[in-house]
Amino acid sequence: MANPTHAVPDLRAEFWAGARSPFAPMVAAAPFGALFGALAVDNGFSVGEAVLMSATVFAGASQMVGIELFGQNVAPWLIVFSIFAVNFRHVLYSAVLGRRMGHMSTWQRSVAFFFLLDPHFAESERRAESGKKLTFAWMIGGGLTWWISWIIVTFIGALFGRLVPNPEALGIDFLLPVYFLSLVMAFRKRPNWVPVVLASGLASIAAYHFVGSPWHVSIGAIAGVLTGAALGEPAKARVLAP
Amino acid sequence: MTTTVWIILAGALATYLTRIGGHLVLSRFPVIHPRVEAALNAVPPAVLTTIVAPSLVYAGPAETATLVIAAIAALYLPPLGMFAVGWAAILALRAIIG
Repeated sequence: MANPTHAVPDLRAEFWAGARSPFAPMVAAAPFGALFGALAVDNGFSVGEAVLMSATVFAGASQMVGIELFGQNVAPWLIVFSIFAVNFRHVLYSAVLGRRMGHMSTWQRSVAFFFLLDPHFAESERRAESGKKLTFAWMIGGGLTWWISWIIVTFIGALFGRLVPNPEALGIDFLLPVYFLSLVMAFRKRPNWVPVVLASGLASIAAYHFVGSPWHVSIGAIAGVLTGAALGEPAKARVLAP
Repeated sequence: MTTTVWIILAGALATYLTRIGGHLVLSRFPVIHPRVEAALNAVPPAVLTTIVAPSLVYAGPAETATLVIAAIAALYLPPLGMFAVGWAAILALRAIIG
């Protein structure tokens, strides 16, 4: 359990300090959770399935990719693979944060890593950078707050989605591409962003035309990742958060 | 269980593997090779671009114009603001162009 060699931190204070940490980004993220719920139902999920996905996958962008492909009747393994690909960035987060979590037990790390959302990673890294110890209680406080609110807004959105009979009339069917574009644009400070986006964009359009959906996702992504690897990192800067 | 539930659970497992895998695998190496890091950094924008790019060409004139307007808005506005502009654009342009 807790590490006996360290002075016992006030677990309750740590937990609540963590629970307060996601407030500002959560206000920004909540509408997208509700949007996920509404679009999931629009694309053929039940309300329960939408909530289950938010509770278990717990990664907004990949959940959107999942329901987008689900709505196009793409093969199940390819949906899972696309979710995996979108979430692959977490590999870097966990490699970086793992170095701050050496004092935790294996099971504590295993639990804490489940909650590694982009903003939660950013907050955790910032807390560790500021010289504070990254405690399990703090990480769970923040993680659980994100998790519970993500489930609640998904549920609300899914209920609302069931009430909208004709999503096209409200433009809701086109909100997913706009959402994905906002994510692409949010990454624009990353090194090699322009060549990576051009390569994957052009390759995916060509693949969509000549090979067909859903192969444009894999083919375009490979083109973009190879471009990124070929150009390499101009500086040693570790760019993680979008 | 339905296929949907299986897809969700498999997606959840795959996601968890990415969240713990970096610590389990990459932390064994003292330094991450710059090309590996560059490739990892390129993954999210590359994958997300492929999802949106075909809509830019094949979804229709109102949709193409909406994405262009939203992309420009993203340069000046936070994500939610850009999103609102995109939503307003698709409603207005569909009403005008169809």
